[in-house]
Parts: sequence; C-alpha cells; structure tokens
Amino acid sequence: MAAPILVIAEQKQGQLNRQSWETLVAGQQLAETRQAPLAAVLLGKGIAGLAEELAAKKTDEVWLVEHDLLEAYTPDGYAAALRQLIQQLQPALVLLPHTYQVRDFAPKLAASFQRSLISDCIGLGGDSKQTVFVRQMFQGKVNVDVVPAGDPPHFASFQAGAFRADALKEGERKAAIKQAEVELAADQIRSKPEAPFREAKQAVDLSQAEIIVAVGRGIKSPENLDLANRLAALLGAEVGASRPICDEGWLPMERQIGSSGQTVAPKLYLALGISGAIQHVVGMKGARTVVAVNKDANAPIFEVADYGIVGDLFEVVPALIEALEKGS
Amino acid sequence: MKIAVCMKQVPAKDAPLRINEAATWVREGDLSFETNEPDAFALEEALRLKEKHGGEVVVVSLGPERVRQVIKEGLAKGAERAIHICDDEFYGLDPLQMAAALAGAVREEKFDLLLTGLQSDDHGFGQTGVVLAELLGLPHATIIMEIEVQNGRVRVKRELEAGWFQWIELPLPAVLTIQSGINKPRYASLKGIMAAKKKEVRDLKRADVLPPDQVATQATKRIYVPEKAKQTEFLQGTPKEAVAKLLEKLKHEARIL
Ligand SMILES: Cc1cc2nc3c(=O)[nH]c(=O)nc-3n(C[C@H](O)[C@H](O)[C@H](O)COP(=O)(O)OP(=O)(O)OC[C@H]3O[C@@H](n4cnc5c(N)ncnc54)[C@H](O)[C@@H]3O)c2cc1C
Ligand SMILES: Nc1ncnc2c1ncn2[C@@H]1O[C@H](COP(=O)(O)O)[C@@H](O)[C@H]1O
Repeated sequence: MAAPILVIAEQKQGQLNRQSWETLVAGQQLAETRQAPLAAVLLGKGIAGLAEELAAKKTDEVWLVEHDLLEAYTPDGYAAALRQLIQQLQPALVLLPHTYQVRDFAPKLAASFQRSLISDCIGLGGDSKQTVFVRQMFQGKVNVDVVPAGDPPHFASFQAGAFRADALKEGERKAAIKQAEVELAADQIRSKPEAPFREAKQAVDLSQAEIIVAVGRGIKSPENLDLANRLAALLGAEVGASRPICDEGWLPMERQIGSSGQTVAPKLYLALGISGAIQHVVGMKGARTVVAVNKDANAPIFEVADYGIVGDLFEVVPALIEALEKGS
Repeated sequence: MKIAVCMKQVPAKDAPLRINEAATWVREGDLSFETNEPDAFALEEALRLKEKHGGEVVVVSLGPERVRQVIKEGLAKGAERAIHICDDEFYGLDPLQMAAALAGAVREEKFDLLLTGLQSDDHGFGQTGVVLAELLGLPHATIIMEIEVQNGRVRVKRELEAGWFQWIELPLPAVLTIQSGINKPRYASLKGIMAAKKKEVRDLKRADVLPPDQVATQATKRIYVPEKAKQTEFLQGTPKEAVAKLLEKLKHEARIL
C-alpha cells in the first residue's frame, strides 16, 4: 500500500480553524489521486471532542496527540511530538495549513528530517506518481511549480483559501481515532509562552462598515491621506489601510486590514494603491464588490477586483471626488 | 552582545518582472533592487540592541555581486562588519540549502542573537530563519514586534493573527524573525557612509559554507505569470471617463450607490 498522507489540523481554544478543513480537502484530493490512505493529526490537551469532528470526515484514521506539555503551543513541543509520530507512521506527505503557528514550527520539523517546507501553496497538480505544488513568488506576481526532491517524507503548507472548505467530503463511516504515545520532557521546551492578548480595545470596528476606502503605499505620503478622507466622507465610508500605512503611523493600527489586522466584509471596498498581497487580501476578500485603482495592470489586487481602473490614483481619485460632488 | 543580521536583496517593489528563458527566475538585467523590507527592520533592531547593551552587529548576505549594496547600507548605518556569501545561482537554492549556507557562515562565530526577516519578497519561503535556528540547534521565535534582553534571556512580543499578540521568553543564544513595523529604521549618515568604506567584508563562496551533500529537497519546475482567474471589468478612458463608467456600474450593476 502507498505511504499515507498526513494532515496536521490546528486547534485553538477548542476549535478547529477553517484553514485546517481546507487542508483536509487538499489531503482528500491527494489521497484519491495517489491512491494513498489519509490520516489527520491533532495536537493539544483535552481535545478528544475535536478528534470526533475530524473522524466524521472522509479520512482513514485520526491521530490524537495529547500531552500536558502540548497544552500551550511551543515550537519545541510541537516539533518533537510530530517528529515521533512521523517516524512511526512514515508518511509520504505531511500537509499543514499555512498559519502563523505552522510558520513557526513546520520549517523546524521539516529541517529535523533534512527536508524543507514547500510553503504557502495555492494549488496542486501532477499525477498519481508525482505531485506538483503551486506556490507564489515575488509577492504574488509570479507562480512557481515545485516538486519534492529525494525520499519522503515531504512537507507542504497551504495558503488560506487555496481549497474550499465546503468541498470537504464526509466519511461513509467514522474513522478510527488513535492515541499517539509521545515522549516529551519539560527541559526539551526552551521557550516560555505567556497568554495571548489584544492591544487596547479597538475604537473603530471596520467589520460593520458598509463602504471602505482603503489606501496602500501608493498614497505615498501622509499628507495625501486627505484625498482618501474626502472621498470617504462623500461616500459615507470608513477609511482602512494596508499594513505599511499603519506601520508608518500614518493611520492607527486599528484601521489595518488583513491577516494581522481586521477582517472586513463591506458592500463596497475601494482599494487605492494597494498591491493585493495575500496577507491583505484575506482580510477583505469577503467584500461584495471590490474596486481597485492601481497604476500596475498586473497588480495581484485585480485578481479580486470586480471593477478595475489602471491609472494614477492622484488623477483618478480627484476625478471621482469631482464626479460625486457634482452628482450630489 | 554579538548579533548577526541576515539581509537579502530583492527586486524593488515596483520593478516590472520578466521571466528568464529557462523559466527559473526573473531577468535580473531589467531590474532595480532594494533591501528586503523586514530585513531593514531587523538591522535597525540589532543596532538598537547593540547601542543599549554593547557588542557588535554583523550583516550576513547571500547573493550575487549586487548584494554588496545591501552590505554597504548595513555598514553605513552602523554594523561593524559583514559576511558576503557570493553566489550567482542563489535563486536555485531551496530553503534548507539557503539556511544551511547561512548557518555555515555564522556557526563558528558564536553569536548571541541572530535576526532574520520573517519572509523574503522574492522567494517568499517564510522559513529561512526558523531553519537556521534548527540547523544551529538554537531556540527561535517568529514574527517579532518587540525585543527585551535581560540577563542572558530575551523576552519577545510575537504577533499572532487578527490583532493578537503574545510575549515569549527564550534563553540566548536564539534566532528571531522580525516583522516589518517593529521600529523606525534610521538613515545612514554621511559620516557612516564614509566609515563604511573601511569596514571589513568577509568574502565567501557557496562551496565554503554549503556541504556538497546538502542537496535540494524541493525543485522548481518552472515559473510563470499566473493566468487571471477573475473576470475583472477594466474601465478604460481618461480618468474622468473611467470614473463616470465606474459610478454608472456601482449604481446600476452593483446597486451600491
Ligand atoms: C505575516 C505577515 C502578515 C502581514 N499582515 C498584513 C496585514 O494584516 N495587512 C496588510 O495589508 N499587509 C500585511 N502584510 C504585508 C503584505 O505582505 C504586503 O507587504 C502589504 O500588504 C503591501 O502593502 P501595499 O499594497 O500598500 O504596498 P505595496 O505592495 O508597495 O503596493 C503599492 C501599490 O501601489 C501601486 N501604486 C503606486 N503608486 C501608485 C499611484 N500613483 N496610483 C495608483 N497606484 C499606485 C503600486 O503599483 C503597488 O501595486 C503582512 C505580511 C506578512 C509576512
Ligand atoms: N540569500 C539570503 N541572504 C541573507 N539573508 C537571507 C537570504 N535568504 C533569506 N534570508 C533571510 O531569511 C529571511 C526569510 O526569507 P525566506 O525564508 O526566503 O522568506 C529573510 O528576510 C532574510 O532575513
């Protein structure tokens, strides 16, 4: 029988995240093309209930790795535990969701097997013998087809939205849930994590906004924000921004949209001078209508835009302001 | 404190990319380059730690001759010296090889702290720092937004998703991957630029730092410009015309305004 495919699911505070389900979809597809058994893995403490959720999906087995030292996430703990399980199960492929936590431990885990992580993949290709992983380079402007080299195991992580969680197949019967025995000692874990926290309560809640005018580095200087503010006032919109604008302190952190900021779903999202990096797009792709203004016709933002204007925002936005002022 | 900063040079953000004939990389001749964004923040963090706790900062960069520019900048801003692993075919290295080469260059030096950016704008592996830590047998923390050093340990603020953070304590030596926005990077002074000319740059080649049996574990088949999946409706014309069309669409098609 073909070597198994292992999907590492991620849980936080007793919940599996959406990206874990998406990665399980990738696993189901690969298990089918490669005619290989599929196993899901869950780490933590007191998480047996979540294993039941995984076991209801189409998968051959679910491995539960529970340990006191896995209650709080640490890269040393997670990598050591998974290393033991991988040595036991000898998978061909280990698949993970490309989350902040996975970025933190998966490269270490792979390196301990003298492998690298095929990171942040957006798709799959190839056939039953060889899987091709599609990932992005140059901030999403270029794609690359990557194949694993050398002996298994190989490791790959998947970008948020690479697969659709609603394509998940239910199991015909419940998969077997197995307890993994791992040995971990407290002195193996070198970092001491404290409890996660949020910075001071946010004054603006962009998630409720109907219209958002969002600015990116194309706005060039803080003085030019006035242009966005005037447009927002005319539209009754909130102003949001990409990360660099908030990093510079031109707008407060609470107006940052993206993976490390807010997630929004307005009726209209106007992206001005934003390139459309994935970490920004995950925060706004739920918008009903997206308009992008960018001078670069190949900017990835147009991949999520319903309407696009290729041009200089310093010409387009004043024209828009003028037209709105005339119209009202 | 002895601090190493790994700095990569990448194509400038608005450089127009064209793919080379072999479909393995972009045509470098067409491009202008800049320091990978988070790496500039990592350098600034290293300089501040040195200014506070004493010690030295060493810039480490792997890439072709052009990366001398990044090294020069680092030295001009205040790094004491630099290591350049000169490699024209750096783009074909996989993340394990990239980290192994960097590890080979720094292993003997016994740094207290090694800083990298969290991700490069070109390859975007998002892992070189973590792999470097594993190869050196050191603890690490990623996506760092604040650093405090106290008695042989380091306490760092790690960014989590959706506006969450977490403090983590680690023993030194350690590797940290730095997130953009952690500080305000300085400009080089004229004095710094002059002083940089006399600073030591150690030249190494790939073969000096990367064992030949460290083969690639992932291989690029080809790179290409992705086909657009989404049907964006591009509104043409002068700004005035395009805007008029847009408002029309928003009123009657999308029914928003
Ligand atoms: C772990 C991690 C988390 C991150 N979290 C976030 C996040 O939460 N939110 C976020 O936004 N980013 C985040 N980022 C950063 C992200 O990867 C991008 O670097 C960032 O989104 C880029 O911002 P930008 O589009 O404003 O700038 P750039 O990428 O520099 O794009 C500027 C754009 O403006 C266009 N432009 C320039 N001048 C003009 C003009 N005159 N008229 C019209 N267009 C013009 C250019 O063509 C370009 O497309 C994160 C990155 C990482 C690695
Ligand atoms: N060739 C290189 N030279 C110097 N530093 C590098 C190199 N490649 C990667 N790095 C460092 O590793 C970080 C992460 O890169 P990556 O893993 O490619 O996303 C970068 O921000 C750099 O700090």
